[in-house]
Order: sequence, then C-alpha cells, then structure tokens
Amino acid sequence: MIWLTWRQFRLQVLVIFAAVVTIAIAMAVTGSELLHAYHADTVGFLGQIVNDRVDKTLYLLGLALLYAAPSVIGAFWGAPLIARELEAGTHRLVWNQSITRSRWLAVKLALTGVAAMAATGLLSLAVSWWSSPIDQAVARGQSAGPFSFPRLFPIVYGARGVVPIGYTAFAFALGVAVGLLLRRSVPAIAITLAVVIAVQTAMPLAVRGHLIAPVRLTTAITTSNFTGLHGSGPPDRGPTLQGFTVRAGKPGDWVLSNQTINAQGVVPHTLPAWVADCFLPKQAAIGQGATRVKAPTPRLLDGCFTRLADAGFRQRVTYQPASRFWALQWRETAMFLTLALLLTGFCFWRVRRDLT
Amino acid sequence: METTVIEFHLDGGSGVSPYQQIVKQVRHALRLGLLRLGDQLPTVKDVVAQLAINPNTVLKAYRELEHDGLVAARPGVGTFITRELTDTTFAAQGPLRLDLERWLTKARRAGLDDESIEALFQSSFRSAGQADQEDIA
Amino acid sequence: MTAGLRARGLGKRYRRRWALTDCTLDVPSGRVVGLVGPNGAGKSTLLNLAVGVLTPTSGTIEVLGGRPASGAAQLAKVGYVAQDTPTYAGLSVADHMRLGARLNPAWDEALARRRIDRLGLDRGQKAGKLSGGQRAQLALTLGIAKRPELLILDEPVSSLDPLARREFLQDLMEAVAEQELTVVLSSHLVSDVDRACDYLIVLVDSRVQVCGDIEMLLATHHRLTGPRRDPASLPADQHVISASHTDRQSTLLIRTDGPILDPAWTVSRLTLEDLVLAYMRRPTDVERHDGPVLEVQR
Repeated sequence: MIWLTWRQFRLQVLVIFAAVVTIAIAMAVTGSELLHAYHADTVGFLGQIVNDRVDKTLYLLGLALLYAAPSVIGAFWGAPLIARELEAGTHRLVWNQSITRSRWLAVKLALTGVAAMAATGLLSLAVSWWSSPIDQAVARGQSAGPFSFPRLFPIVYGARGVVPIGYTAFAFALGVAVGLLLRRSVPAIAITLAVVIAVQTAMPLAVRGHLIAPVRLTTAITTSNFTGLHGSGPPDRGPTLQGFTVRAGKPGDWVLSNQTINAQGVVPHTLPAWVADCFLPKQAAIGQGATRVKAPTPRLLDGCFTRLADAGFRQRVTYQPASRFWALQWRETAMFLTLALLLTGFCFWRVRRDLT
Repeated sequence: METTVIEFHLDGGSGVSPYQQIVKQVRHALRLGLLRLGDQLPTVKDVVAQLAINPNTVLKAYRELEHDGLVAARPGVGTFITRELTDTTFAAQGPLRLDLERWLTKARRAGLDDESIEALFQSSFRSAGQADQEDIA
Repeated sequence: MTAGLRARGLGKRYRRRWALTDCTLDVPSGRVVGLVGPNGAGKSTLLNLAVGVLTPTSGTIEVLGGRPASGAAQLAKVGYVAQDTPTYAGLSVADHMRLGARLNPAWDEALARRRIDRLGLDRGQKAGKLSGGQRAQLALTLGIAKRPELLILDEPVSSLDPLARREFLQDLMEAVAEQELTVVLSSHLVSDVDRACDYLIVLVDSRVQVCGDIEMLLATHHRLTGPRRDPASLPADQHVISASHTDRQSTLLIRTDGPILDPAWTVSRLTLEDLVLAYMRRPTDVERHDGPVLEVQR
C-alpha cells in the first residue's frame, strides 16, 4: 500500500518538493547576506535594503507562497485523493484487493498528509529564517517601503512560523472530504480552494484577535500620544468628528481597536461640536466663500486636551502585544489541526459506507 | 509429454448437449482409427481453455467414456484410451450396408422423398430405442 | 459442501426504489453460476452486495461463510472484476502486477506472469493504452492471480468484440479447471451462460425468478404442445411457467418432477435460452401456484 501511494503520487510530490527545495536554496544563499547586512548596520538596515529589488521580490514572494501553499497543496493533493478513484471507477479495483478501505485510506492520508505538511513546513522555515532580520528591524520601529509590517500583523503572520502547517493540514483534510462527497476531482479542487482562501481571509478579521484575550488599555488622550482625528464631512464647514487615534504599546503590537469613549464608557456616535471648534479653529474667509483650517498652537492644544479629559473622554485600545506571537501561532495551529482531525474522522466514517 | 492427437469442437445449433458431443467425437475418432490404444485424451484444462466450456461438462463426458470402458483416468497423469472401437469391423457392417441400400431403393420406388425417408427412419429409430430401454428396464 | 453464497430475504433499497427484493439463494461452492436478467433487474446490486460494496437494507448475505468485505481475510477469499473492468489508466501492466502482489498475501506471481506472457501484453504499456479486450484480460489476471475461492464478475464481456469475448471466457474456464474456483458471472448472453455455467439464477424486476442446477432445470422443464387446454386443468405437480394459445392449439412451458403421462401432449426439451426467456417474460404480478423462487438442487 505504501508503494501504491507513492506510485500514484510521485509526480506531484517531486514537483512540489523540487519547487520548495529550489526556493529554500535561494533563500539560504541570499539570507546569509541579509543577516550580515543587518548585523553590520542595524539602524539603517531597512533603508539600505529597500533599494534592492531582489530582496523586495523575495520578501513579497515569501509572503505570497506561504499564503498560496496551504490552499494549493491541500486542494491539489487532497481533493483528488478519493475523488479520482471514484471518478475513474478504480475504487472497484483497489477496494477489492485484500485490504480494507480503512487501511487503504489510513495509509494514503498519512503519507500524503505528512508530505504536504512537511513541504509547507520546510517552506515556512526557509521564509521565516530569511525574513527574521527584517522582522526584527520592524519590531524595533523601523519601516521602509514594503518592509513595514510586524510579524503579528495579519498580512505577515500567516507566512511565518507553524501556522501554515496547520492551514495545510486543514486544507488537505477538507480537500479529501469534499472530494469524497462530490466524487469529482475538479469541482472538489475548486471548492476546497475557495473555502480555504475564505478561511484564511476571515481568520484574522474575526477569530485570531480573540484566541487569547487581548490586552485592554484605557488611557487619557494627550499631546504625547495623540496621532490623529477621524470623522466625516468637510473640514472647514463644521465636520462631524467621531474619534481620536492614539499611539499605544510598542511598534510590533497588533492593535485591534482604538476608540474614544465618553464618561459613561460608551463609544459616542460623534464627538461634541466644541471638540471640532477647539481642535480645528476656522480662519477668516479668504474669499469666494472658502475658509482655511489652521492647526492650533501647542498651548491651545493643551487646553483642548485638558478640557477633553475633564469632560470624561478617554481612549480605549485593544491590542495583542508582540510577545504573544508564538502563543497565538500555537493556538491557531492547534485549532486547525483539530479541524483537520475532525474532517479526517468524517472521511473514515463515510468511506466505509455504500460507495458503488 | 505426449502430444494431443484429438481436438474437440462444439456445434452450438445441433441440439445435442456439449458433453454428449464430446463423447460422440471420441467414439467417432476411435471408430475411424484416429485414436488408438494408449493415446491420451486432452486434459480437462486444455479442452476448457480451447472451447470455453464448463470443466464439469468435460469431466462428465470422460466419466461416461470411462463407464463404457473406453478410457481410463490415471490420477495426476491424464485420461488414456483403453479399448478400440474398430473391432466392429467393416466386415460385420458389409451385409447391413447392403440391406440398407436395398431398403432405400424400395423407399424411393414407393415415392418417398428425402425428407420423408429421413423422418421415417428417425421415428423408427427412436421408437426402437425406447423399446430397447423398456426391455432393459 | 460449504455454501459459496447464501442469501436470506436479501433486499436493497435506494431512496424509494427496491433494487433487490426478498432474495433467497443457496449457491453451492465449486460451481460456475450464471446470473441473467434484463437491465435494471438487480444483477449488479446482488453482486455488489456479495462483494461488500453495498450493505443490505434487509435480510442477510453470506459469502464463503463470512460477511462480505468484513476484513482482509474475507477480501482475500473473494475476487471481483467490476463492470467495464476498471484499471488504472496511468499505471503500466507491470505496475498492476506489483499492485496485486503488494496488496494480496496469496498472490501467485508465477501464474500472473504466465498469463501476461501468454496474452502477449507489453509490461511497460500503460493500461489506458490497451484495447478493451486487453484491459478486461488484465483485470481478470488480477482477479485470478489473487487465488480467491470465489470470483465474481459483473458483465465483464458485454463491451468486448466476439474474439475478445471468447478469449476471456477461455481463460476464465481454464482458471476454473486449474484452481477449483467458484464463479458468479452476470451476463446478457445466454449462449455464454450455456457454454460456461452449470448453475443459473434468473433475476427479473428485483426478484429471483428461478435458480438451480442447469442440468436439473433442463430435465424438469418441458414444452407441451397439444390441443387447446386451460392451464389450470393440469395436474397439481405440473407448474405452468408460461402459456400461449391459438384457437385450437396450446403451447405450455411447465416445470415438473414427475413424468408426463397425458398422451395428448407432445413433449419437447427446452434449450437454456427458451428457459431463461420464459422466466424473463413471465409477468411478476400474476398469481402463481408456486412461490416466486424455485430452487432445484442436486
């Protein structure tokens, strides 16, 4: 059975692993140069490499590949696993050899699944190692061009560490299950790809931030942490302001929400009108009915902030600190591995039932 | 290993069952002298591989031949001819043949066509055969 | 004699339709069983149940004394060549042999090799490039070299040309002679069943119409021709299978164990095809004297 799994599967394995090994070698070669540059000039590192097209390409390629790998490997290796046998009718041949369906499925799932996870794992190892100097620089607060996202940020997070392995296991198990239900490879591949991409997108938006209870910080809004105002409407003719944004935590932290709350602890729909007048005093008309907005002087600003604090307005920031990177990674991976196990269990149950 | 001397064929439309056809073909070959004492009949496997018929059919035919004393099965070796049929020589058949030719001339003079002659012969042959069996029983 | 296949009240339902109803069979081992019937009668369903691809909705089925597909040992005892003789299009002939060798503990490599050589198959040739007849022979080799006690074939020759069909049957019969195999073969061609089989099952409308030893069946079924007569007037031990009448003449197909003493009848033997057609034509809702299943055993 091991031989048969390999024989049916060897082309796909060789192609993917050839690609992964090539990328790993490319990363190994350029990565040591990168490390070297980082240690040589830690402060100006990002500014230095942002001009190197190869480095930029490799960085973005690393991100793209690790996002694509789980869905592609899962769909193309998982979906046809059973579906192709059912489509071609060869299940009538192989399930009547002296091997039970359970054993057949177990060997196929184990070998192919482990290979899939290993491929993604190797890729993730290569990419994470190569990107580590960049990640460390960004964590220190540096930023240049595309190298401006810390590891915890959604766009980078899914391309680092062990999470891609979890996604691959999930995508693979999902592919097998969908293939088993639909009995057709091509629709199964399409559906698996769609679902996995949807999950990869939804995960940071809805779930990841709450895998561990985020840190909640309530702070006064002052000149030192104030970073901006947001609202709607024309700035010169009485805009409706909705809230402030402040800087909180360290550069690598992932801020989930940054909201102004009033004295009752509730987020108001709009800030009171005097806030707009205080922070955005209008100037005299300069003809043709237009007015210019002038930024208030620091002294005036201080007065506004004090008035704001007296009125009970504070800022509430919810965030995940950068130090929780690995804790979140392991939890997310465990979650997807569990999902993969449940899907696998379903496959074992379903494959033993009537399947002409 | 002895080479096979006889090959069987099946006439699907003859109405005669396959095993009877095999028996007949062996007897016919014996009469013609194609099969001689000590010759080996094809193995069941070979007959079946050539004709695509059930092995039991061949076994049944060989058993009947053995029952008639014409062949003997040697386990592990094969089935061999033990008696020849050319003992009923043409000498005994000579007078019978003459009688038959005379009868045929009579039948034609009486106005019977070929089909009537054959029908008359078949029905007499059958009823005579039944009478024989009843005598035996 | 151990039962090759035993079914008791076996039934299978797909959603609302019963594909097989109340099927009771006792097929002895060592036979070549022909399973005939019109399309959609339930032949494939019965074979799928025997192999364990399907599970019964009602009743039981036992193959070689065990429940179908109940473990590796049971699977090793039963060989199966499915309809359209599936093979892996991307795997070569040699790969298929290795598949058989790796997945079957009782695999007979010498037998497999002998057959492949005799068939003249190129070992390196991918199965998808073989002709229909060659693919069927490859599937048969996989079934035979596994050395099963029972081999089940679901219409293996229906899509083959006459020569390929004959060669397939020749090889199958040779394997039966060599290995003392029990075979269950479903077929559309009564002529094939006539040549190769010694046990018959006729399946019509999801029910077994007749099953038994072919020799016995032919000995106990007769065609009676004579002056017009009501079938109900026949003696009780003569069961009418089919009847057709003109103004003056009746032709009846009957089954009986005893002699036919009425001199008014002209009695003639039936061919297997006559017998099968009579049972296939018999309306299934007509009230009959005997039950729906006829068993004649040696």
